[in-house]
Amino acid sequence: MTEEAKSGSYLGQAWLVIILAILYGAALAAVQIGWSDRIETNKRNKIYDRIPNLVGSEAIVVEERLVTGKDGREKTVYRVADTEGSLIAWVLRAEGQGFADNIELLVSVDPLFTTIKGMSVISQKETPGLGDHITSPERFTGQFAGITALKPLTVVKETASAPHEIQAVTGATISSESVTTIINRAIDNFKQPVLQSERERETT
Amino acid sequence: MADSGPTAGERFINGILPENPVYRQLLGMCPVLAVTNGLMPAMTMAGATTFVLVCANVITSLIRNLLKPHLRILVFTLTIATFVTVADRFLAAFMPEMSDALGPYVPLIIVNCIIISRCEICSSKQGLGTSIADGFGMGLGFTVALLSIAVVREVLGSGSVFGYELMSEGMWPRWGVMVLPPGAFLTFGLLLGAAEWFGMKRRERALGEA
Repeated sequence: MTEEAKSGSYLGQAWLVIILAILYGAALAAVQIGWSDRIETNKRNKIYDRIPNLVGSEAIVVEERLVTGKDGREKTVYRVADTEGSLIAWVLRAEGQGFADNIELLVSVDPLFTTIKGMSVISQKETPGLGDHITSPERFTGQFAGITALKPLTVVKETASAPHEIQAVTGATISSESVTTIINRAIDNFKQPVLQSERERETT
Repeated sequence: MADSGPTAGERFINGILPENPVYRQLLGMCPVLAVTNGLMPAMTMAGATTFVLVCANVITSLIRNLLKPHLRILVFTLTIATFVTVADRFLAAFMPEMSDALGPYVPLIIVNCIIISRCEICSSKQGLGTSIADGFGMGLGFTVALLSIAVVREVLGSGSVFGYELMSEGMWPRWGVMVLPPGAFLTFGLLLGAAEWFGMKRRERALGEA
């Protein structure tokens, strides 16, 4: 093959990019394998720090229960009790696509899944100055305390009037809707399985 | 291939003050304004950026003779993105609080023009030693710039240095505006003006002597 023909072919042009992409991909996979446990532990510590804010300062996580959701996937659900040991809330960890990247959040509901007790965003990479206000208690997360869990939440742009309405963060409707979608899906996915698992525990 | 252009020593020195990426080239304004409300986040950002700068310069310099002109930007971006991801995961694993505080600004190092401009100007044309010196020089220049802004904002805004309280609330009424976005613009504008003024004075003196 002549030099000219070689440089004209697709591989002749792109071989360096392809090789680099494979090498970098392998390097990143190694990083992920090496550090993912540590990152997971950090996240877990963060969840335990957040739970008292979501449920109340006297709250103690008494059990990490693996529950299979409606979608067939197993996830950890935190069973939270007060100092006397009676169940006061469930905390679900949920995630989904936001405007920019994955949003991960915690949502706590009362024992029967009728009201949401609180919501807290664990990780997000939404637009700084707009979408990242979804982490702000004054602007956004405060609205979730005490809202109904019986009806899917909807986002409105004006002041919320119905009990299942959440007012969007100004300039970040998509981020706000992502959050409510994640919460609605998590509650729908885990309500029956969690209640079921609790009934099974009581009868045995 | 013989190196043309500044030597390693010149590259290193240039990066710190004469061609400071922030004060002289006005590149990388996003982290300059966004993460300088405290010295700790500024230091972390500067460290992560320097790491990416040096690593991207090393790789680009090693493969500089294989680069196809029309694909070079793609290769630069690919390289930078990889090291930024490594830096991001490192912070998430070993410095979770800083990782939270910096939030999206760590992944945003990918679009920091300082790094791609060094690949284009220096490491895709010059040897390994020069490129490493350039990376450290520019990284140090960026660090100096971020810290100079952060120290003003943290002292005036929170009365502390690296989180340690310097002045009590009674001694120094916190200037809340300094930790908020306007404080970044005010501080950076004044410091940039001062840097320009000193530069002008020096040029005038040099002209007078000549």
